[in-house]
Amino acid sequence: MVQGFLILLICQLMGEWLMVWFGWPIPGPVAGMLLLLIGLMCYGRVPDGLRLPAEGLVRYLSLLFVPAGVGLMLFAETLAQQWLTILASLLLSTLITLSLTGWLLQAWETRQYKHKE
Amino acid sequence: MELTTFWVYFNARPLFWIVITLGAYLLASVLNRKAGGTALLHPVLVAMLMIILLLTLSGTDYDTYFEGAQFIHFLLGPATVALAVPLYDHRARIRRMLLPLLVVCLSGSLTAVVTTVLIGQLFGASDTLLLSMAPKSVTSPIAIGISEQIGGFPSLSAGLSLTTGVMGCLLAPLVFRVLKVRSHTSSGFALGLAAHGFGTAYAMQRSTLAGAFAGLAMGMTGIFSSVLIPLISQLFGLN
Repeated sequence: MVQGFLILLICQLMGEWLMVWFGWPIPGPVAGMLLLLIGLMCYGRVPDGLRLPAEGLVRYLSLLFVPAGVGLMLFAETLAQQWLTILASLLLSTLITLSLTGWLLQAWETRQYKHKE
Repeated sequence: MELTTFWVYFNARPLFWIVITLGAYLLASVLNRKAGGTALLHPVLVAMLMIILLLTLSGTDYDTYFEGAQFIHFLLGPATVALAVPLYDHRARIRRMLLPLLVVCLSGSLTAVVTTVLIGQLFGASDTLLLSMAPKSVTSPIAIGISEQIGGFPSLSAGLSLTTGVMGCLLAPLVFRVLKVRSHTSSGFALGLAAHGFGTAYAMQRSTLAGAFAGLAMGMTGIFSSVLIPLISQLFGLN
């Protein structure tokens, strides 16, 4: 458990350092995720000590967004004035993006499946 | 001791706001389950509103709240790294689909930014608001970084990214039913792309396969967007 948590933190730290080193705009945690993935592929399996904290964190991922979300209160004025603009942009764009990606990938999968038969 | 001084003493303790955050989330989860698991009462959204209400009523500012809440916020980093585990578990399937996944992710990330900016402009949003909205489909830690880089309000971007996440979970069941998106891989990937961490958490409830593809989409969208969004905002002449 402690071991696994340490692995996660070290990957994040190395990701952070590497991105600063290279001057790339990719955030440290995402770079850390890639590093851990490469590490797991080299190692060949997920160590037991890592699986426990990793799955726990992923399961409660949504809880971790609460503190940042409360920060919306700082923009009460902007939100009150421009709520229609914000709502329309976010909602329509999300609808279009979700439809396009879901449909595209499903179409590809269905074609692959038929191809095999 | 007067009640007000008692409150100030309590207020300064970071632990109090950690307890409040966890408590609000648990209460919101119970409410959500009672309401039949509807995404409209997403536990994160309800918990956020409860905490904002409490902070407003008690006259506490966000910085004081964040003194405690930062310890929960901090875990977002290792949690993002931890998404490598479900990715590794489903590596064979991902490798088989790598090319279409890249194509879909690239076109999806582009669509997310361009439609947001276009619709925002249509409604007459200011440039700063447009820049803050642009990274809305990117997971909040990355959205903060992008927003900072292009000249938006980072914390507004974080909040809008969360709002988008909730919207994605709300729209997904309807969109997938209408467009007949049935596979766990496709629905998961679309959720992670359009609704990042919220979509991933939502997909995880369906299956770990959907969750893994959502996590993959979230990571890929984050990487593509950190390169694409600064370019696109320049193209639109926003900064």
